[in-house]
Amino acid sequence: MIEIRVNGKTLKVPEGVSVAAAIALSGHDRFRRSVAGQPRGPLCGIGVCFECRVTVDGEPHVRSCQLLCWPGMEVCTDD
Amino acid sequence: MIESRWDVVVVGAGPAGLAAACMAAEAGRRVVVLDENPQPGGQIWRGEDHHWIRRFSASGSTFRGACTVVDQPEPGVLHVVGRNISYHLRFKRLVIATGARERFMPFPGWTLPGVVGAGGLQALVKSGWPLAGKRVVVAGAGPLLLQAAAFFRSRGARLTCLAEQTPLRRGLSFALRSGKRLQAIALLGRLCDVPYRWSCWPVRASGQERVESVTLRQGDRMWTEPCDYLACSFGLVPNTELAQLVGCELVDGAVRVDEQQETTVSGVYCAGEPTGIGGVDLALIQGQIAGCSAAGSLQRASAFFEQRARWIEFRARLQAAFALRQELRQLPDPETVVCRCEDVPLKEIRPHSCWRSAKLQTRCGMGPCQGRICGPIVEFLFGWKVDSVRPPLTPVRLEQLVNRGSAATADRHDSHPG
Ligand SMILES: Cc1cc2nc3c(=O)[nH]c(=O)nc-3n(C[C@H](O)[C@H](O)[C@H](O)COP(=O)(O)OP(=O)(O)OC[C@H]3O[C@@H](n4cnc5c(N)ncnc54)[C@H](O)[C@@H]3O)c2cc1C
Ligand code: FES
Repeated sequence: MIEIRVNGKTLKVPEGVSVAAAIALSGHDRFRRSVAGQPRGPLCGIGVCFECRVTVDGEPHVRSCQLLCWPGMEVCTDD
Repeated sequence: MIESRWDVVVVGAGPAGLAAACMAAEAGRRVVVLDENPQPGGQIWRGEDHHWIRRFSASGSTFRGACTVVDQPEPGVLHVVGRNISYHLRFKRLVIATGARERFMPFPGWTLPGVVGAGGLQALVKSGWPLAGKRVVVAGAGPLLLQAAAFFRSRGARLTCLAEQTPLRRGLSFALRSGKRLQAIALLGRLCDVPYRWSCWPVRASGQERVESVTLRQGDRMWTEPCDYLACSFGLVPNTELAQLVGCELVDGAVRVDEQQETTVSGVYCAGEPTGIGGVDLALIQGQIAGCSAAGSLQRASAFFEQRARWIEFRARLQAAFALRQELRQLPDPETVVCRCEDVPLKEIRPHSCWRSAKLQTRCGMGPCQGRICGPIVEFLFGWKVDSVRPPLTPVRLEQLVNRGSAATADRHDSHPG
């Protein structure tokens, strides 16, 4: 198991889990807000739509469906 | 500096790319396979222990995951970008095996979290997304719905409805005549207690911060089905952007290839879904032909021609059987968002006469997905031609636009899968 933090809360996930899946495991449905403020979450699951983007270790706009978790990763939704 | 030690560069590690890499590497060529995803296998085998992935590991090919080809800065050179890496790669032969994406349809509520692609939800679940005990409605068009539904159930989801827009008669005659008859029957057997509705489609998703229910229509009947996920997909769209960027011609929205799977650009081959949506079997055969051709073994390539002809026939039947019905054009209302990146509603796009004008005036298609999602939608809704491709193919950070890697840094990303 790897330990990561999602919006400040510590979470243990199995190795090989994507950041998108980890966010869902932590109970969040909303990954970001659209330009008009609507709630959004993953759509395509394969890196095309950019609806799953979040901030990872301070880097904004990372597609969470295409990234695997690493130990100590810091994830923030709603970027 | 440009890394230039590869004979064959393959973009995409799905069935088509893996098959091409195996054939070229087994013929003694130096082969590197690049994929945006960290793992090989493409949309169907990712994370699985498939015999083609094992054969790929044993072939001597090199795999570079988590890196995207974003540009061709000069003929014969690709710009590759990963999380902390950015470099140029020269190819003698290039195999484009970039697969497909799902086609989405806008209807009120389709932007709510929990409304996901059917293949998309499958991909998310394979990467650890929890689905056990969740109520899932699957809706749209095409055989992927059936496969996805069976997969969701195997992961403990409660499937409450499967809505296929295609009429039963067309679906049935396709299933009975295709080479996939037994597979279809087996899948249906696993889903025999799920309400399977033909000529049925979603008209609205409802919920506050996420989807809570979906309203479905079948003929004159409309009803509301509570759900945690609405997994929908209305067929697939070929990923032709890289091929277009490299200069390959398209025909009917797919990459034009000759008998050897060579595109209109000499030395550039294409296999799998970018040449037309035909599924995994055709992708594998085309991939093998492309790999042989790229390695110069034209004789070996011709051994697969007969099989390919059969699967191309299958492809034509598939596309005809699951063609989208015109009623779906009425799904969005004036306020429905069509371009999700820029939140552009239908009513702002409709007055325009073409894609270019809509883009310039409304920012439709100008967001980070670069029109990958809304382009096919406006093509379907308005019949517009959507064909502009500009580098970089996906948004990259400014510092990544510079070629600052070297063969040595790229090496650290190499792995032999398995
Ligand atoms: C979301 C989704 C799920 C699917 N699930 C199934 C299924 O369960 N069963 C089934 O039979 N069929 C499924 N399909 C259909 C699928 O298209 C075919 O079965 C088969 O996988 C096609 O093989 P391919 O090699 O042509 O493409 P793919 O398997 O799609 O492989 C293409 C690969 O190219 C990579 N790529 C694309 N562009 C770039 C780039 N610029 N740089 C680097 N890498 C790039 C992608 O990451 C991908 O891994 C699915 C399709 C989609 C879109
Ligand atoms: S869900 Fe579409 S890019 Fe991640």
